[in-house]
Amino acid sequence: MNLTLLMYLIPSLIMFGCGVYGFITRKNMIAIMISLELMLNSVDINFVVFNRYLFPGQMDGMFFTLFAIAIAAAETALALAIVINVYRAAKNVDIEQIRKLKF
Amino acid sequence: MDYSQFLMMPQEIGLLLVFLLVFVYDTFMPQRSQDKLPLFTAILFALYAIYSFVPGQMGQAFGGMFEANPATWVMKNILNLGVLLVILQAVKWSNEDHVAIRRGEFYELLLLTLLGMFLMISARHFLLFVIGLETASLPIAALAAFEKRYYESREAAAKYIFTAVFSSAIFMLGISFVYGISGSLYFTDIATSIIGHKSALLIAAVAFVIAGVGFKLSLVPFHLWTADVYQGAPTAVTSYLSVISKGAAAFSFLVILTQVFGSAYAQVWEWMLYALIILTITLGNLFAIRQRNLKRFLAFSSISQAGYIMLGIIAVNTTGLASMMYYILVYIFSNLAAFGVIGVIERATGKVSMDDYNGLFRTNPWLAFTMMLAMFSLGGIPPFAGFFSKFFIFVGACQQGSVAIYVLVLIALVNTIISLYYYLLVVKAMFLRQDDCSVPYIDSHWTEEIGLTVCVMGIIALGLASGVYTRLSDIADSVTGIFALI
Repeated sequence: MNLTLLMYLIPSLIMFGCGVYGFITRKNMIAIMISLELMLNSVDINFVVFNRYLFPGQMDGMFFTLFAIAIAAAETALALAIVINVYRAAKNVDIEQIRKLKF
Repeated sequence: MDYSQFLMMPQEIGLLLVFLLVFVYDTFMPQRSQDKLPLFTAILFALYAIYSFVPGQMGQAFGGMFEANPATWVMKNILNLGVLLVILQAVKWSNEDHVAIRRGEFYELLLLTLLGMFLMISARHFLLFVIGLETASLPIAALAAFEKRYYESREAAAKYIFTAVFSSAIFMLGISFVYGISGSLYFTDIATSIIGHKSALLIAAVAFVIAGVGFKLSLVPFHLWTADVYQGAPTAVTSYLSVISKGAAAFSFLVILTQVFGSAYAQVWEWMLYALIILTITLGNLFAIRQRNLKRFLAFSSISQAGYIMLGIIAVNTTGLASMMYYILVYIFSNLAAFGVIGVIERATGKVSMDDYNGLFRTNPWLAFTMMLAMFSLGGIPPFAGFFSKFFIFVGACQQGSVAIYVLVLIALVNTIISLYYYLLVVKAMFLRQDDCSVPYIDSHWTEEIGLTVCVMGIIALGLASGVYTRLSDIADSVTGIFALI
């Protein structure tokens, strides 16, 4: 592990941690989606950095990142549609609105 | 490019063809023939399911990204059978007024998720696997929000999409670590480069991968979405989610754990899985006891059944693989019988509480009988298929041979007895509480009758005919390469 690799990896993992923290603590569904986006993007950074610094011969990580970005876009679009669907019924996007189903 | 590679994926191509035909029918047929669409889909899918029993060419395609072998072939056929039953049970429901305008989308998304699961089963490269995983899980969120009348449906979809994206982010973080260790995304390349590799990074990677797939399988620390989504989603979607999605995820979980991380079995993931199985079976059972809503009840029952399916993975031998496929087949019949009955009653009366089932035998004897067989099979009472599937999965786990696994099987066995209690609660409500029957006689649609009859025949026949397990066992013996690394 060289120093430049760590300089990219540590911020990326901090970003992932921020995403997990935001996912658990945020009360607004849009903020939760932003947190999810942070997590997905930190994974992309991981792949690119590993590819660039450890395995510069092949392009596997780069390709995976491209596909992951496309998948993340699809996920965001669908999540946004579902949040709007909840909003239409509840008139706000607070996470308290989706607590009707519990034990 | 060598186009003959496509001969190895006849099931995927056939499914895509069915999807395209349904899509064309939905888009271009006149309004007056739109109500035939569910039946059209069911017949087309039945033809396709029969066609896909013809084994295609076996081998690896696309530089090793895609593999067709007898085990993936039989697993896809099992899933086809389950989806056919789900479609049959959904025909009448999807023609009701409040969903009729969107019924085309229901079948299209259903078929597309199945395509994603096929890719998951056959993938031997993590890129293809992730694409399959997302194709299999994202449309289900849209399907869960299908009942626009009920707020619960919207809520279930929101919960499902957030947990699904969260879990796939964790899963992809695990894969990025694996990539950092090995420099490849091919299963075989990763497997050779992690032999003898011991580092915290590998353990973290395996843990993240198990957590990511564990969400899809609803193993216990990752199960919190299950009951809510099962309760809120329309019953057809719930039954699809509980059997098809779970079966595909279980099979691909086995492939990943053995073919990628096989060399780390004893050091890394045997104990992770060990703890998960105990937690899953026990907590699933304990939470099922206190449920009064039948869909929630079956959600917790399916969590605990997922624990039993995991026993086939921890066995890491061909008996485990064969018994896992047999378990999934039996589980498809039993669970779809239960969900079929719930679906019929919910469609006709809107009732899903266990108290509403009091005295069901008096008004609807056949529905009550089907439900009883399903509960007996899920609980594992001898003449029915559920007993043999549990028996074989215990045998497979015991063949692994270590004392710890014997203890695990003992815990699972004790849990089977606990589970009998709550399965029989439903039977007791239907047969013994005859004083107040709140459900009137229901005239079920003929497609629903066919679906339920096939389920009942499956539950009884699979318990009596030993040929099915022998055949699955032969198939599992022919793919010993899966366990080469253990």
